[in-house]
Amino acid sequence: MKHRTFFWFILPTAAAMLLFIALPIVSVVTQSLHTPHDAVLTVTKNCGPFGCKDTTVIDQEATAALRTAEPLGKFVGLDIYFDRGHLAVAEVAQAWRTSDGLGAFFSQLSNLPFYRAMAFTLTFTFTVTPLMLILGFMIAVAVNTLHRHLKGLVIFFSLLPMIVSPLIGSLVLFWMIDSRGVIGAALQWLFSDPNLSLKASTGLTWVMLIVYGVWHAAPFSFVVFYAGLQTLPQDQLESAQIDGATRWQRTRYVIIPHLMPLVTFVALIQLMDNFRVFEPILGFNSEAHATSLSWFIYNDLGGETRLLSSAATSSVLTILGVAILLAPVLVRTWRDFNAKV
Amino acid sequence: MFLKKVIAASVLAVSAGGAHAACEISGRVNIIGNEFPAIHAVADGAKECSGGEVKANLTADHQKINVAGMTGNPAEYTSAIIANSSIVALMNEDVIRPLDDLVAKHGQSLSPNQLIVVDGKVMAVAFMANAQHLVYRKDILEQAGVETPTTYEEMLEAAKKIREAGLMENPIGGPYKAGWNLAQEFNNMFLGHGGEFFKEGTAEVSINNEKGVAALNMMKALSEYMNPDFLTHDSNATNAEFRAGNVALMHMWGSRAATMTEAEGVTDDVKNGFAIAGPLTVGGGTTPASTLWWDGWTVSKNITDEDAEATFVAMTHGIAPERLNDEMRPLAVWLIDGYEPTEAAQGVYDAIQSETTPYPMLPYMGLLHTALGTELSDFMQGKESAEQALADVEAAYTAAAKEKGFLQ
Amino acid sequence: MASKAQQAPAYLRIVTVAFVVLWLLVAAFPFLWTLWGSFKVELDFFSKADWMNALTGPRTLAEKGSPFTTDGYYGAWVQEEFWRSAINTTLVCFFVVCTSLTIGTLGGYALSRSGYRYTFWLLITALIFRAMPPITLVSGYLLPFFEWNLWGHLATTIIVLVAINQPFTLWMLYSFFQKIPKELDESAKVDGCTQFKAFRHVIIPVMWPGVITTGLFSFLLAYNDFAVTAMLLSKENQTMVPKIASFLGTTQTEGNVMFAVAAVVSATVPLFILVMFFQRQIVSGLTQGAVKG
Repeated sequence: MKHRTFFWFILPTAAAMLLFIALPIVSVVTQSLHTPHDAVLTVTKNCGPFGCKDTTVIDQEATAALRTAEPLGKFVGLDIYFDRGHLAVAEVAQAWRTSDGLGAFFSQLSNLPFYRAMAFTLTFTFTVTPLMLILGFMIAVAVNTLHRHLKGLVIFFSLLPMIVSPLIGSLVLFWMIDSRGVIGAALQWLFSDPNLSLKASTGLTWVMLIVYGVWHAAPFSFVVFYAGLQTLPQDQLESAQIDGATRWQRTRYVIIPHLMPLVTFVALIQLMDNFRVFEPILGFNSEAHATSLSWFIYNDLGGETRLLSSAATSSVLTILGVAILLAPVLVRTWRDFNAKV
Repeated sequence: MFLKKVIAASVLAVSAGGAHAACEISGRVNIIGNEFPAIHAVADGAKECSGGEVKANLTADHQKINVAGMTGNPAEYTSAIIANSSIVALMNEDVIRPLDDLVAKHGQSLSPNQLIVVDGKVMAVAFMANAQHLVYRKDILEQAGVETPTTYEEMLEAAKKIREAGLMENPIGGPYKAGWNLAQEFNNMFLGHGGEFFKEGTAEVSINNEKGVAALNMMKALSEYMNPDFLTHDSNATNAEFRAGNVALMHMWGSRAATMTEAEGVTDDVKNGFAIAGPLTVGGGTTPASTLWWDGWTVSKNITDEDAEATFVAMTHGIAPERLNDEMRPLAVWLIDGYEPTEAAQGVYDAIQSETTPYPMLPYMGLLHTALGTELSDFMQGKESAEQALADVEAAYTAAAKEKGFLQ
Repeated sequence: MASKAQQAPAYLRIVTVAFVVLWLLVAAFPFLWTLWGSFKVELDFFSKADWMNALTGPRTLAEKGSPFTTDGYYGAWVQEEFWRSAINTTLVCFFVVCTSLTIGTLGGYALSRSGYRYTFWLLITALIFRAMPPITLVSGYLLPFFEWNLWGHLATTIIVLVAINQPFTLWMLYSFFQKIPKELDESAKVDGCTQFKAFRHVIIPVMWPGVITTGLFSFLLAYNDFAVTAMLLSKENQTMVPKIASFLGTTQTEGNVMFAVAAVVSATVPLFILVMFFQRQIVSGLTQGAVKG
């Protein structure tokens, strides 16, 4: 295709992405390198319905002059990236120096919000992604053997967990897993432990979030794999059978390689989505036990006083994190691409 | 449509015949605020004004939108309804205007204690108050043979007796959800112990002291009598527990008292046993372990004088004493002239009478609140000591305050 | 279809069927439970006293004289005018899907037909764009949108949703177009067609399965979105998901949970119908394209 034609074809989508994603990214990166100016504080007398009190306020006139001089704020370089709320370089160094042994070091590390969030996010990402791939594959294979008339109905019900908004899906489940909800009660009966509560312990909360993550994402891989199974090369399967390959061998050496490109695609999307896990944390009210970078951003933006630079920094770190996670897949795609060209 | 006109006409006729003049404005009014019935009532009052367009956007996400919506020139919103915690964000960004001239011109119906004065300038007009106070089941306390508690220590005692009598497994409730709610409970308890959040006149935090530790220890002691899931319980969930008859004692928002037993399906036991009282004290202190809140409205800075005047007139009309009828009265604890507290408002009234500390209106209080919300849950789960948790809070706050330029 | 020779032994078929049944239970149970509970009063739905109450509804019976009530639905649809949100959601979904597919198809087609190296980098850039958390993007939009008077309108939200979803759409459509043989449009070009004519007359007729599948994912995104719609729409333009969230109440004020439950069920119904309608297209679409990473 000529460059010119290509340009016209790609223009609308590229313009939309430039305007609404690329520009904000530029501004977010800029924001993460700047902080607001030092506030000039003064003490004044404030009165209200509950009496008067001396309190501190910002001296707007003095601060306004600073703001007009440098509207972007104070340039701080990577300070925000390295502060306690993010990479916490000083605190990590301190922990390294003072702790005797790796265990103590890690326990100090887990007291820092960024590393605690990373511990959960990475556990979540690396358990949910493979589990949902496996579950999706199993459902796809199972559904594929069903009778033609049953397939439609089964597909329809299987898609349910995916098509309902995560915010609402997790809310519904949150109500059910309460220690007196139906699932909570069932689990108490199952483990015959009347005090079992999924919401009270960190470990169980993680398990719950992971199970939800797999439940929610499995239909996506199921649909994609099921579609892939429809194009299975029948001749290969038959020749494998003639050669005396068992059912397992056929699955292992014919079906799975055939689905491999699809696995890459699903894994790519899922790694990214799981790394940005957010709605389940909110829906399950599990801030006390599990957080993620996306939750940090929400927390920074949702407070009475918004921390814009901090939120911007968390966003940039999310992008970097995703880039690192996806690097192996991207390198592979690059090789494929070059092979094709 | 026809019906609407008839109603509108009769409303006009009634108000014209009433004590106050009909509300006439010449400018644009657009209100942003939280969504609950009391605020709806105020916005509806403002909408009665004729002569200019009055719009309202009432949503739970108002705090995320209001600063942006008042920053442009002319600003989209001419008025923001806020509370003493959230006015700070508007003042920090300098998007609201002083109201002294307008109060002098149009504010005859406002009583002086409604005016929020900062540095000698009226910055907002308050119209309702709120506070957390005790909500309890008098029947359960009777059965357990305990008096209505007035201190947290007595609350623990009562809870112990209720549990021992086998009346309830987890008799105490409270919005202890990690995040904003948990931080708010700490604020209450810390103020109840006579704590000061910051070193006088600076943004330097000072909570890692014996008062902070005592506050945390009391919260921990209370949580022993709570549902084990307490860190996920916000005020909605806590209320649901109370309604289901699982909780006998809780510290709850006054704004929720009126509707506490109105939900469908509440059993008669809960309905008849429901009672409220003022906030509790703690640790032998005299200041209740609670905070006072007000909700009020402001006027944007970045709008024309006509629009500002129209907004002021319309909003003043929205909270005019004449509008305080039987429908509006029970919606909140109004700070409007001539308001007589209803039964459900007694708890908040007690809170005001007993000189509860107002929630601090400081530029950096929001940062501390957020830091408390994220760092205290480890202590509540028994994962770290109170001192460590408070040190973490201070570190998190300091990082945030540095970023915002409050600390150098 | 599995041929006769590949027919599974009986035990394997039983295991398979059992597995499918188990999966269906897990997948559908929460929704059936919610559906059932939506006809109860709040106390029974939460069933904090005893979970059996959610099934039998003793409080509903005591309150309403029957174990079922449609009050939640009435409250949500009539009293709270949920139908307005339903209309808004319909508008948003329709325009998001149409716009997204139109510009995505053009872009995806171009990417699949150009062999230059920059197409790879474009695709990678799009992927990195997708990594940006939507919540950050949205809070960045607020100020300029207010400034230029764009905030609150459905059109703004639609464009934002289209843009945010472009990376996924592009990748998916790119993969589909890869599977359509290049010879098709090449031969059309040899016959004297321009690239665009070749696209219109040769490619468009055969691309539908892929487009429909991608469209469904676009639809789901627009339908389920919370981050964008909650922040960028004014009250009267609110879509269903933020409306449901607003039923839940805030710290200091009561919500009406049963309205939310009824609304959740109502919001799922169109999706049921949609999936029933398109399930064959979803699957056949994926089959034709067989998405490739």
